[in-house]
Amino acid sequence: MSLSSDEVRHVARLARIALTDEEVTALAPELSRILDYAAKVSEVADPDVPPTSHPYPLVNVLRSDDEVAEPLPPEVVVANAPDAVDQRFRVPRIVADQS
Amino acid sequence: MSAADAPLTTATAVELASAIADGETSARDVIDAHLARIEETDEDVAAYLVVTADGAREAADAIDRRRRDGEALGPLAGVPLAVKDVFCTEGVVTTAGSRILQGWVPPYTATAVALLEAAGAIVVGKTNMDEFAMGSSTENSAWGPSRNPWDLGRVPGGSSGGSSATVAAHQVPLAIGTDTGGSIRQPAALCGLVGVKPTYGRVSRWGMIAFASSLDQAGPFTRTVADAAVALQVMAGHDPLDSTSLPTAPADFSADLDRGVEGLRIGVVREFLDTTGLDAEVRATIQQALARYEALGAELVDASLPHGEYGINAYYLIAPAECSSNLARFDGVRFGLRVEGETTEEMMAATRAAGFGAEVKRRVMIGTHALSAGYYDAYYAQAQRVRTLIARDFTAAFGTCDVLVGPTSPTTAFALGDKTDDPLAMYLNDVFTIPSSLAGTPSLSLPAGFDEAGLPVGLQVMAPLDGEAVMLRAAAALEADLALDLVPRGPRAVSAPG
Repeated sequence: MSLSSDEVRHVARLARIALTDEEVTALAPELSRILDYAAKVSEVADPDVPPTSHPYPLVNVLRSDDEVAEPLPPEVVVANAPDAVDQRFRVPRIVADQS
Repeated sequence: MSAADAPLTTATAVELASAIADGETSARDVIDAHLARIEETDEDVAAYLVVTADGAREAADAIDRRRRDGEALGPLAGVPLAVKDVFCTEGVVTTAGSRILQGWVPPYTATAVALLEAAGAIVVGKTNMDEFAMGSSTENSAWGPSRNPWDLGRVPGGSSGGSSATVAAHQVPLAIGTDTGGSIRQPAALCGLVGVKPTYGRVSRWGMIAFASSLDQAGPFTRTVADAAVALQVMAGHDPLDSTSLPTAPADFSADLDRGVEGLRIGVVREFLDTTGLDAEVRATIQQALARYEALGAELVDASLPHGEYGINAYYLIAPAECSSNLARFDGVRFGLRVEGETTEEMMAATRAAGFGAEVKRRVMIGTHALSAGYYDAYYAQAQRVRTLIARDFTAAFGTCDVLVGPTSPTTAFALGDKTDDPLAMYLNDVFTIPSSLAGTPSLSLPAGFDEAGLPVGLQVMAPLDGEAVMLRAAAALEADLALDLVPRGPRAVSAPG
């Protein structure tokens, strides 16, 4: 299948990647070729074959809740943040004013 | 071994640890010799993003003090270790080859690295890699490519190409990398090394920056099978911090190395040798290795992985799907690069546009598309069914064979720039390594000989789940028989060690 420029823009929006018009033009045929190639998986696998998500199935892996571990101190957690204030990560305003 | 016999940089990890433990040389001399070799050759090889010389010297001095005090030393005490930049190292900048993590300093150390350090290995630096481990040449690194020590005009393979280049250049005897679809085995093949991808879950993924979580596995690069067995033993084991870590105890990987292959059933994967695109000289070298196995008493068995050829199609849906989710964390909020925007969404989109390279953007978008409403069943679910078929192929083949063999990579090392304009051509590097990645089974590459240009050819040995010991045994037998000289030579090779 081939991806249109609009579909490339839609996927880029979902993936939170800003693209220039030139990048969209270049990516549409590139991504289409890769998807065409990958789509060969539909030639072989019948729907009755169970999907494998994980090669070595382990079930009910739980952490031991009764052991209290030492967490990273807050100042260490925010040490690499591009913008932090009072041990919190700061981002542009997400919700509008209530009033 | 005595320090006067040979340069320390040509010794194996096992030899160095033993010479240090016996007091024939000091850890400090070993580290200084390797740091000097890095200093002398890394302008050509470009294996390192960071060299941690001061920390390495301090660690070496500490080992020498402990030895003088009569304390017990670990199996890798004093052995110089290079670490792929995908592993978190507390206090040492870690970027995974990406601009989006420029300057990021992890607050903790990956379990695999911590285990190697606890065994006495000394980290000398962080090695170059394709951005977020996506690539087969290191040319997708935001910081420029590494070069193949056998021919500095060629790639060292990827994505763990800095780790393969540094061991081949005799800058260190041991490096670690990660393998998602071949990123340890292919660079090992292209650089004339032993490279091991263990059973999925055998080595903890804690502290490894995730690419495709159901496929990523860490493993060693070495110049000998015995070194690989010792390093893997140290790295292996259950880790409560990784819920996919295997709870079972690892086997003794070194126990069978000298057993030979008499009576071993070695399956020759028919489809691998028939693949169009397999270089004729690579095929001939593999066939010579098979003849050696027969001469050593192994039984060669015709084997088939009928769905193997679809592995690469499935992989290029599964790995992008998982990476599109894993890389969502790089959003300009908690770490790394931020490009400001009016809204949070604009900030994130601008940050990711500036921070990710072209191949990472392609894969994130392929994965996002494959997982999006209306496409999931046609792409991702189908790819997971192919994964089941490939795992069944392996189970069937291991019904009649102890190990499977074939080429690791369709060609020897290619020239820098050769495949950078064609993503699909680059993806085909992984055609032989992807099947066992999807099945989760262990596999390794070892040097099998050279092409006419003198470039190394890698033989892949694949084993059933938890079959590392028999896999290493088969590799050790061929290694001993071939006795190849693995010091890079030739008109465009890195300068010889010593």
